Amino acid sequence: MKTVGVLALQGDFDAHRRALERVGACALEVRTAIEMDHCDGLVLPGGESTTMLKLLAQENLFEPLRRFGHTRPIYGSCAGAILLARTVAGPAQKSLNLLDISVERNAYGRQLDSRIARIPTAEHGEIEAVFIRAPIIRRVGDSVSIVAMYDGDPVWAEQGPHMVTTFHPELTSDSCVHRRFMDKL
Amino acid sequence: MYLSDQFRLKIGLAEMLKGGVIMDVTTAAQARIAEEAGAAAVMALERVPADIRKEGGVARMASIRVIREIMDTVSIPVMAKARIGHFAEARVLEALGVDYIDESEVLTPADEEHHIHKRDFQTPFVCGARNLGEALRRIAEGAAMIRTKGEAGSGNIVEAVRHMRTIVKEMKQLTVLGKEELVHESKKLAAPLELVEWVAANGKLPVPNFSAGGIATPADVSLVMHLGAEAVFVGSGIFKSEDPERRARAIVKAATYYADPLKLLEASSDLGEAMRGLDVATLPESELLQTRGW
Repeated sequence: MKTVGVLALQGDFDAHRRALERVGACALEVRTAIEMDHCDGLVLPGGESTTMLKLLAQENLFEPLRRFGHTRPIYGSCAGAILLARTVAGPAQKSLNLLDISVERNAYGRQLDSRIARIPTAEHGEIEAVFIRAPIIRRVGDSVSIVAMYDGDPVWAEQGPHMVTTFHPELTSDSCVHRRFMDKL
Repeated sequence: MYLSDQFRLKIGLAEMLKGGVIMDVTTAAQARIAEEAGAAAVMALERVPADIRKEGGVARMASIRVIREIMDTVSIPVMAKARIGHFAEARVLEALGVDYIDESEVLTPADEEHHIHKRDFQTPFVCGARNLGEALRRIAEGAAMIRTKGEAGSGNIVEAVRHMRTIVKEMKQLTVLGKEELVHESKKLAAPLELVEWVAANGKLPVPNFSAGGIATPADVSLVMHLGAEAVFVGSGIFKSEDPERRARAIVKAATYYADPLKLLEASSDLGEAMRGLDVATLPESELLQTRGW
């Protein structure tokens, strides 16, 4: 059984834990570098990316997390995608640079612009995508592949072992995103 | 209603705030300090509860100019308070585009019988509650997040503890009852049967359950999170303390590491003075904020 950590500094880590358990993972909340070491893969949940960044810096977790990404898969949803990106705008902030994408935070607008969309994918059929104050992926590098698009922008992408979604599959009962991540472990 | 896309989006933002701290701010400069310290969201209001308590007068929705400045200053969600029952203030806040509205007992109530019918709004609402019946009535009206009321502006955790323990105990009790007993409980709680049955089946509220009212130290945060709070609101506790920046950072750290005593020790060290605080037991009934709302 694979052990998948969920970075539990802040955000909807509990929803990810349950989603991972539904696809047969042993899910572990991760708040320290030692806990991170026990994991075969890691999920960076939704939440506030600024809050997570402050805590990553303050608790000296930023470098261990980047090193983790050099050897093992990481999946980031929404705020997690922002953390994994190469560059971040709106406003600019530090990121892990594990996926060659550029993201703009809160790019759809405020909470009133949050939305649930049914979007088609080639490999997983129609999926329900919950966007909450979501970022938009403005640029993808050549080695990044796009799994799903919404409204002309990539919303689900992967590069090597890593994967991002700008939406929240953990808030739906559809497990295809988490299953795809498990297949990378 | 509970499975509609709109309600799921409202709850969705509350889910994103879990494990975080929502800080009361009265200016854009304070909002900047809160964001820098790692707040998951800020709550814009005219005066912090401790000042409302001291200065008296009618406490209303904050000035639009200040809320707008705060929204322009920070990238985290911005909440604002409307008076209980004041649906017109809430409409103004919705038009302004705030991310969450707190129908709050901290402000002077505008209606002594009716809360806002929150389902009619696209903007999500958070409401205070002291017990399960109150929480479920607010959810029935459309609240997508509940916070225990505590006693705002007191710097005293005792009421927040009482309210969280009460709600959690009342939920536990429902889980062992039979269907016909739940009908009777619904009557006693003055809450819709559908919601009472949901809580009985799941042992928790159908929306996130946060804590507020009296949190002043990292250990206070840890205490209420152990008791079942999924995130915390801190009002006067930060900007009425000696060193707001440092205390704000410590409170954020405590929300993440609430179950880790060594990290809490770090968070609790070198903090400067906490806010002064009040003995709630000596406050006359007329000065309690928690009894507003029903």
